[in-house]
Amino acid sequence: MVRGMTVLLVCQLAGEVTARALNLPAPGPVLGMLLLFGMLLWRGTPDWLDQVGQGLLRMLPLFFVPAGVGIMNHVQLMQSEWLALLAILLISTVVTMITTAGALLILVRLTRRRKEHKDAAERY
Amino acid sequence: MQPNVTDIWVYLAQTPLLWLTATLVIYELADIVYRRIGQWPPANPVLISVVILITFLTLTGTPYQRYFDGAQFVHFLLGPTTVALALPLWRYARRLRRMLAPLCGALLIGSLTSIVTVVILSRLFGVSDITLRSLIPRSVTTPIAMGISEQIGGLPSLTAALVIMTGIIGAVIARDLCDRLRIDDQAARGLAIGVASHGIGTARAFQMNPEAGAFAGLAMGLNGALTTLLAPLLARLLGL
Repeated sequence: MVRGMTVLLVCQLAGEVTARALNLPAPGPVLGMLLLFGMLLWRGTPDWLDQVGQGLLRMLPLFFVPAGVGIMNHVQLMQSEWLALLAILLISTVVTMITTAGALLILVRLTRRRKEHKDAAERY
Repeated sequence: MQPNVTDIWVYLAQTPLLWLTATLVIYELADIVYRRIGQWPPANPVLISVVILITFLTLTGTPYQRYFDGAQFVHFLLGPTTVALALPLWRYARRLRRMLAPLCGALLIGSLTSIVTVVILSRLFGVSDITLRSLIPRSVTTPIAMGISEQIGGLPSLTAALVIMTGIIGAVIARDLCDRLRIDDQAARGLAIGVASHGIGTARAFQMNPEAGAFAGLAMGLNGALTTLLAPLLARLLGL
């Protein structure tokens, strides 16, 4: 367990350092995720890492609670506009979800069709 | 001399133990209730815990900073857990490689939609200019969103609150929305959730399905980077 946690923290630290050193817009943990992904492609996933990772991922919603409580600092700021804000957030989230999923499904179908065309053309 | 309740409260309110424990206990109870009532989406444990904790802090007159002194130990684990998103992603690496081009295309379309819809809606509902600017990066993960907000003239701290609200909304509506529209493909569900509602949505996607969670985590990371590039550009194009 200690070894798994160590690997995750080392990746996060490396990501944090890279983001600062190269002035990248991505936060350290996201770069750490890409770094770990690269290492996994290269060496595969050892059990001890998988166990710690899956354990943490199961608790992920909990980790957002402290930041969520931070909304209390802005209740006053949003007071006059909160109903409009709620409507804007709800509608834009729905539209973004539908568009993204729809775009992926359509693009997958298009590339598949093009590939079939190419395969068919090669056969003749 | 017997210590009275006030003394005990005064002591406990100063230590990280109280608010750390309160966070865990309230989340655990919210999660139990959520499962008992068949995972009814509006009873989302993150939403319920946040509401209960804010109420409790307000009633006891506890400032957020005091609460966070304790809760930061939970908050800290967000970092290594974000790194751990690489593990499920690796499991679906083959599928990821096969649909790389469609994924990139859908990500770009989703990211643009997210920014454009919020600008149009803000104009429609007539919110203030600074609120509009703070809203633009709301669908990406908090640290990136705050940076973008500052760059395009929003209020970073207001953005942080809007990001959290967006995440909770996404987590609440994700399953029903995908089911009703018959979006069965787990990659499509995950991508949509990750683009629209970052980490809180990703956490929800993981509960729905590990493949959806993996793609949501990927979408969250890439959408963060993409929005950093797109938001200032679009803000200028849309004449903000």
